[in-house]
Amino acid sequence: MTLGVVMLCHAALDRAAQLARHWASHGCPVVIHVDARAPMDQFEGLQSALADLPDIRFSRRSPCEWGTFGIVQATIDASTQMLAQFPQVSHVLLASGSCLPIRPVRALQAHLAQHPDTDFIESVTTADVGWTVGGLDEERFTLRFPFAWKRQRRLFDGYVALQRALRFRRRLPPGLVPHLGSQWWCLTRATLQAILSHPDRPALDRYFRRVWIPDESYFQSLVRQVSTRIESRSLTLSKFDYQGRPHVFYDDHLHLLRQTDAFLARKIWPKADLLYRTFLTLDGDRALAPEPNPGKINRLFAKAVERRVKGRPGLYMQSRFPTRARGGNQAAAPYGVFSGFVELFDDFQPWLARALDARVHGHLFAFDRAEFAGGESVFKGGLSDSPTLRDYNPRSFLTNLIWNTRGETQCFQFGPADEQAIASFMAGDPNAMIFVITGAFAVPLWRSGRSAAEVRAEAARLQKVESDFIALLNRPDARAGIRIWSLAEFVENPAEPLEQLVDLLNPRATHRVTDLPSLTPLQGFGAFLQDLRNQGMAPVLMGDFPADADLAQPHQAPSRPRIVR
Amino acid sequence: MAALSLERGLPHACAIGALEDQPRGLAGALLALKLRRRRQRLLWRAFRRRRELTPIADRTARIGAGDILGFACVRNETARLPHFLDHHRALGVRHFLFVDNASTDGTGALLADQPDVSLWHTPAGYKASRFGMDWLTWLLLRHGHGHWCLTLDADEILIYPYWQTRPLPALTDWLERQGRHSFGALILDLYPEGPVSQGKVAPGEDPLTHLSWFDAGNYQVQVQPRMRNLWIQGGARARAFFASEPRKAPTLNKIPLVRWHWRQAYVNSTHALLPAHLNEVYATDGGELTSGVLLHTKFLPGITERAAEEKVRGQHFGNAEQYAAYYDRLTADPILHCEASTRYTGWRQMEALGLMSRGGWI
Repeated sequence: MTLGVVMLCHAALDRAAQLARHWASHGCPVVIHVDARAPMDQFEGLQSALADLPDIRFSRRSPCEWGTFGIVQATIDASTQMLAQFPQVSHVLLASGSCLPIRPVRALQAHLAQHPDTDFIESVTTADVGWTVGGLDEERFTLRFPFAWKRQRRLFDGYVALQRALRFRRRLPPGLVPHLGSQWWCLTRATLQAILSHPDRPALDRYFRRVWIPDESYFQSLVRQVSTRIESRSLTLSKFDYQGRPHVFYDDHLHLLRQTDAFLARKIWPKADLLYRTFLTLDGDRALAPEPNPGKINRLFAKAVERRVKGRPGLYMQSRFPTRARGGNQAAAPYGVFSGFVELFDDFQPWLARALDARVHGHLFAFDRAEFAGGESVFKGGLSDSPTLRDYNPRSFLTNLIWNTRGETQCFQFGPADEQAIASFMAGDPNAMIFVITGAFAVPLWRSGRSAAEVRAEAARLQKVESDFIALLNRPDARAGIRIWSLAEFVENPAEPLEQLVDLLNPRATHRVTDLPSLTPLQGFGAFLQDLRNQGMAPVLMGDFPADADLAQPHQAPSRPRIVR
Repeated sequence: MAALSLERGLPHACAIGALEDQPRGLAGALLALKLRRRRQRLLWRAFRRRRELTPIADRTARIGAGDILGFACVRNETARLPHFLDHHRALGVRHFLFVDNASTDGTGALLADQPDVSLWHTPAGYKASRFGMDWLTWLLLRHGHGHWCLTLDADEILIYPYWQTRPLPALTDWLERQGRHSFGALILDLYPEGPVSQGKVAPGEDPLTHLSWFDAGNYQVQVQPRMRNLWIQGGARARAFFASEPRKAPTLNKIPLVRWHWRQAYVNSTHALLPAHLNEVYATDGGELTSGVLLHTKFLPGITERAAEEKVRGQHFGNAEQYAAYYDRLTADPILHCEASTRYTGWRQMEALGLMSRGGWI
């Protein structure tokens, strides 16, 4: 069996010469088609570089614009010439000037000798194809595409829109079932001959002249009519990005290419010297991976598409700055925001850190400084505790903090005494878990020992700020996880909310929490609230807190260990 | 006029999640017209200042089609230039075009001796030339058209994903295939472990052996909606010198690599350029575009003397008096390293930290 290679080239003709020589030196006749738009001197250079090899021929040059029939015409011309001038050829491989054989040519020849009657061509019906980009798959065959997509994009798009509006549909030639697939195939002489001498070819060619990207459908469709045995996969590894442009392989892909089960790969960057040097050695013995692992390549390329399309949520940087609708209001990981807890529990922070196995900060947005856990002045990633730096861009501060500590849950305290600019971001952030005990801000005021008359103005201000915060959380577009208790409600049974929040923030808690933080005794707080009322303020956020001090104190048995799970 | 006020009503800068689409209709057209006028004025300035440049070594005839060109305006950089040239030559910059702004340390001679450098000299004021940008705009206009042009300062070292294995032409090919004509990079301030004046780095030696620390996650990102350019601040300098006036902290985003057309003009250093669409080096759809990092070797030994000198010259900031405190702090030989500093290990680290991205490039 003899393998013939049809090479379509348009640029980097020095590499094409190298490839052609490689094929020829392994006993493969080569017919080269050079795009008519390539400069004449380059073409002549290629011819003279290969002049010493009798089994390399050049086919008639015609222009090959991407997406047009020119590429199919070039393939037809070169294939016809191949079959006519090299009668010994039993298989024809279609390759480009940037398709590199990554397995020994001998291995490819052996593979074809094992499957003498098989056509290796990806050929999938339009209904099943998943890889076309831009929404044009079936319409490739039912609309007309007289304009070049690359040069005349507006005309192209406009004409497509017009045909859709007019409900225009082309009639398919009888017997043709549209199939799509990779441009690069390897066909047997019999199949190729049957396609080239198809009785309806003039009509078919006329039809395909107005199909979009016919090089991915001409042979792929016709082969279904003439072939007896199709293996629907390409022998050429070819990867596409999310816009349908082919990926390019570089020197650092060498290891990856060795793991593929394909025989060729494209496109190879013309200056990837190492790849050309490695794979174009004469002896076929190259360090191929013993076990091909194409899944690894697929995963890698799928990840690259994901990085381009989805990015890393919660990361805001020089090449990712999403609008609000596209994830611009989101931190990188779930975090807890606690309002009113440290006011009620003296040991809340250490308790929370134990219960959640998380980093628990103080008031990160306090007016005087960002209270990082452990009182650090510069936190992970170089975040400064300076309030001016933080308040210059609070959203960056918070998203940086969460991004810098990926893998460790962050919690912090937040209250009406803090800088509030970040509040709207947190309310809209699906990763925020906000727990609020409304009215708890009054407890430190009461404990400060000052009289109701002295703290009245301050209490009224804090109540106003907290009401605004609650209003923000109650907006319909708030996306954070939110739990709000009034102070009265909370102190009645503090254990339950605490269990709830541990469950929410750490659903897979490994550490069992056996204790609860101790609640500050609140005897006399009700009387303090009554004093505030008497001073003319209306403390509403605390809920229905009885003025009677004894009733206000809940029955709590902190000595009894409780299991919070 | 409602439309006019709408355009004026654009915020100065948009925080995370606050970026809106570009204004359309009359407001958008007015904004486009203004930016066009601004671009024309910048080109005209550059044209008038071309006479301030005296050619010392003009080897621009050796520039071939498709070559990647490097542009820089330098003053007294003999310590940094050997490594700067080596690094960017290895990346694939085929020709460098330098403006020597009155160097006194032999920078001119060093550059004039290089076979792939064209050199112009000027004694004129750096500040009056928009911090050298007028001169560079002229050189870009004259020689950059149709080339990918890399405009840097002498203390900046460009890295990008896969830079050790894929030279710049691979990157520019990739960008062109993506339909992108500009490439963004973040300036990363590198600093030593001890006081900034300590240590010794020989010319030509890799400065990263000495400057191996940086701040990994304290960058503040905004977008200025008029020109759609980024405004990133932060890093070690913001933390150590500008904590009380963060707004004045240096801008850290740059667009150093651009496929040049003579109609283009840098607006503010290389932080932004016109036409404005070139400033969109970021994805707004939630994805990531390919980007790089400019390793900033400002804090090499000698910085303290230099800061004292720059304070007197007052050539580096628009209103130099406001930055006196900054220079004083620098002169006082500060230690920038702290517990939270990160040691530089390479581009994969930059990528993992989210300081740059490979985007869809694989």
